[in-house]
Amino acid sequence: MREEGIPSGKTAIEGIQKDKRTFKNSRNSIMDKTMPAFLLFCAVISILTTVGIVYILFTETYHFFQKVPFKEFIASGTWSPLFEPKQFGIWPLLSGTLLITVIACLVAIPLGLAAAIYLSEYAPKAVRKVIKPILEVLAGVPTIVYGYFALTFMTPIIRVLFPDVGIFNALSAGIVVGIMIIPMVCSLSEDAMSAVPRSLRDGAYALGATKFEVALKIVVPAAFSGIVASSVLAFSRAIGETMIVTVAAGATPKLTANPFDSIQTMTAYIVQVSLGDTPHGTVEYGSIFAVGATLFLITFVLNIVAQYLAKRFREEY
Amino acid sequence: MNTIIEIDKLNLFYSDFHALRNVSLEIPEKAITAFIGPSGCGKSTLLRTFNRMNDMIQGTRIEGVCAIGGTDIYSDEVDVETLRKRVGMVFQQPNPFPKSIYDNIAYGPRLHGIKDRKKLDEIVETSLRSAALWEEVKDHLKRSAFSISGGQQQRLCIARALAVEPDILLMDEATSALDPISTLKIEELAQELKDRYTIVMVTHNMHQAARVSQQTVFFLNGEVVEYSDTEQLFSNPNDQRTEDYISGRFG
Amino acid sequence: MKEWKQDDRKRVANRRRMDTTLKLLFLAATSIGILALMVLIIDIVMDGLGHFTPDLFTNYPSRRPSSAGMKSAIVGSIYMLLIILPVSFVFGVGAAIYLEEYAKKNRLTRIFQLNISTLAGVPSIVYGILGLTLFVRWFMLERSLISGAFTMTLLVLPIIIVAAQEALKAVPKARRDASFALGATKWQTVSRSVLPSALPGILTGVILAMSRAIGETAPLVMIGALTYVAFLPEKLTDQFTVIPIQIYNWISRPQTEFHELAAAGIMVLLIMLIIMNITAVLLRNKFQKNI
Repeated sequence: MREEGIPSGKTAIEGIQKDKRTFKNSRNSIMDKTMPAFLLFCAVISILTTVGIVYILFTETYHFFQKVPFKEFIASGTWSPLFEPKQFGIWPLLSGTLLITVIACLVAIPLGLAAAIYLSEYAPKAVRKVIKPILEVLAGVPTIVYGYFALTFMTPIIRVLFPDVGIFNALSAGIVVGIMIIPMVCSLSEDAMSAVPRSLRDGAYALGATKFEVALKIVVPAAFSGIVASSVLAFSRAIGETMIVTVAAGATPKLTANPFDSIQTMTAYIVQVSLGDTPHGTVEYGSIFAVGATLFLITFVLNIVAQYLAKRFREEY
Repeated sequence: MNTIIEIDKLNLFYSDFHALRNVSLEIPEKAITAFIGPSGCGKSTLLRTFNRMNDMIQGTRIEGVCAIGGTDIYSDEVDVETLRKRVGMVFQQPNPFPKSIYDNIAYGPRLHGIKDRKKLDEIVETSLRSAALWEEVKDHLKRSAFSISGGQQQRLCIARALAVEPDILLMDEATSALDPISTLKIEELAQELKDRYTIVMVTHNMHQAARVSQQTVFFLNGEVVEYSDTEQLFSNPNDQRTEDYISGRFG
Repeated sequence: MKEWKQDDRKRVANRRRMDTTLKLLFLAATSIGILALMVLIIDIVMDGLGHFTPDLFTNYPSRRPSSAGMKSAIVGSIYMLLIILPVSFVFGVGAAIYLEEYAKKNRLTRIFQLNISTLAGVPSIVYGILGLTLFVRWFMLERSLISGAFTMTLLVLPIIIVAAQEALKAVPKARRDASFALGATKWQTVSRSVLPSALPGILTGVILAMSRAIGETAPLVMIGALTYVAFLPEKLTDQFTVIPIQIYNWISRPQTEFHELAAAGIMVLLIMLIIMNITAVLLRNKFQKNI
C-alpha cells in the first residue's frame, strides 16, 4: 500500500514540473494581461466625455466673452442675438427656463409624491405590479412625443379655457414637462420610502396609528432627504428638457413670469441657432456655448446637490 | 389573580401555513408571562395577535376567540387603533423614530388626540421616569433619538409604549439585540412595571424567562405544550418535550 | 381594567375617515399619470391612423403631405441603432466590468462613479454641443451618420454602465469563488462565470438605453441630422435623418395634415419602443428566475 500510494521522490518532482507546464496557458495569460487595460480604457471614456464637455463649453464660452462683455451677459435684460442691435443678456432665457421648470414642478412634485405614497404605503402588491410598469412606460416616451402632445392637445385645451392665449405659451409646455417628470419623482421618492425600515412602521402601528398617520408622520419625514433629492433631480431634468419647449413654448426670449406668454428657454435657443445655418466663428454661434455652459453649470450643481442628499439619506438607513 | 387575556381554541394560518394550532390560554393581570420555544414555534405569532399586528400580513386567517378584558378583540366593537393604544408593544430591535427623544414619546399621545403642550410635557416625563430613562436624558430631550445607546433606545421604546397608558405591554424578544448590562436593566425595569402593567414577553433565552416571569408557556410547532408557574415549569416539567427543551436537548 | 370607551370610537372613526380620504386622493394622483398616458396614446392614434399606411414606410419626405413618407428616417434610425448598439455595448459593459470586478475601492474609483452619475444627469442638448464640436468639427466627420451615432453612444454610455454594474453586482460572490477555486484566472472567471449570469440583466439595460437613443431628438438636431433627406445613407459619412427628427420637422409645419403625418410617425416610433420594452421585460423575467 505505502509503496504504491506515495511515489518515489524523483517521479513526484517530475509530476510537479509537468503540471507547471500545463499551468502556462498562453492564451489566458495574454487575456489576463490585456483585458484590464482595455476595460480601464472603457471606463476612461466616461471621464474623457466629461473633460470634453467641460473643455469645449468653457473654451468656446471664453472666446464668446472676448466679443461680448461678461457684464452684458449677466446684467442686460434683453436677449436679441439674431437682429440688430445685438444684445446678449441671459436673463430672458433664464426666466423662460425657470418659468417652465416651476410650472412643471408644481405639476409633478405633488402628483409624483402622492403617487409614491400610494404605491409605497397603500397599494396592494397586485396593483403595484400593474402601475409601476405603466409609469416606466410613461418615463420612456420620447420627449418629441410629449412635444406633439403639448402642441396638439394641451394647447388647444388651454386656448378653449383662456381664448386670448397664443399658440405658443409657457403653460402648455410647462404642464407637459411636468407630466413627463412625474414618473421620475414618483419612482425615486418611492424608492426612498421603501428604504425606510419596516420596524419604524411597526413601531407606529403598534401605538395605534392609521396608515396615513404612519405615511405622513413617520415615512415621509424619515425619507425626506431622499424625497428632496428626487425633486431636485426632477427640477434639473425639467431645466434640461429641450424638445417639448422647442415645439410648444415658442421662440421669443422674454423676461416674464406670465405663464400665458410665449417665451424661450435656454435649450430651445440652442436648438434654434443650430437649426439655422449660423457659421462657425460668429457671435451667434459662440452664444450657444455660453448658454450651454450656463445650462450645464446649473444642472451640474443641482445633480451634485441631489446626489449629496441621496447619499445622506442612504447613510441614515 | 384576574385573567386579562383569554384565548380559546385559536387557530391562525399564514396562507397555507398553520402557524397556531388550537391554542387556549388565560393570561393573568399585572404579572409577567413568558413565551418560550424554538424558532418558528408560534410564540411571536401569538404575541402579535394580541395587538392584531398580524392583520398587516396578507393572507392571515384567524379562527377562535382572543378576548382582552372580556371583549373579543377581533369583533367589530373593537377598533384596532384603540386596541393598540391599550396593548403596547416593544420590538426585537430598538426602533425609535428618526425624531427627537421628546417627539418619540409624544408621538402616541398626539395620535390619540392630546395636543396640550403642558399635558404632553407631563406625559413625556412620567413615561421616561417609568422606563427608568428620565435621569439619563432629561437634559437633552430635543436631541435625536439615535444619539443615545442601543439599551437606552430600547428603554425609550418602552417609554413610548407606556406614554399611551396601555394595560398590557408586549415584549417581542426585546433584549435579544442588547448587551448583557442593558439586558439586565430592561429585566429590572420589567420587574418594576409588572405591578402596574400586564407584561407578556417572548424570549429565546430560557434563563431570562426563569429569572423574570411568573408564568411560562412552552410552545412547539404552533401548539401550547405546557403552561404553568415559572418555577414549576423549570424545576419539574410535566411534559417530556418541555424537559428536553429546557435541558437543552433541542432548540 | 378600563372599559372600551365610546368617545374613543368616535375619534378613531374620524381618523379612519381621514385615512380613506387621503387614500383616495393619493390614488387619484396616481391615476393622473396613467390617464395622461392613455389620453396621449388615444390622441396620437386618432390623429395618425389615417396616415399610418404603407406609403409612410415606402415614400421619401415630400412637400405634399399626401405623398410624404419617412422611409429615409426609418432606415436612418435603424442604421443608427446598428452602430450604437455594438459600440456602446462593448464600451459600456467594459467600463462596468472594470468598475465592478477590477477597480480597487479607492478615491479614483469613487471619482469614476461620481462622474458617471453626473454624466447621466447632463441634459441631452449638451451632448449635442459636444458632438457638434468634437465629431463634426474637430474630427471632420461632417454632419454624418457616424457623427450622430458617436454622439448618441456617449449619451447612452452612462445608462448602460449603471445598468451593467447593477447586473454584475447581483451575481452572487459564491459564483466567483467557485470559479477561482477551480483555478480560473480573473478574466476566465469574469468572462465564463460572471458575465453569463449577468448577461440578461445587462441586455435589459442595453435595450432600455437603445430605446432612449431611438427617441432622442435634441442632440441630433444639433449634429444637423437633415430633415429633408430623399435618399438612403450608403456610407458612414453620408448625411442622414432619423424618425424623431422627421416627426419634429412635421410638427413644426403649420398645416394640420403634416401634424397628422407626425402623429403617424409617432405611432411608428412608439411601436418600435413597445417591441423593445417587451423584449426587455421578458429578459428581466428570465433574469429573475436565473439568480
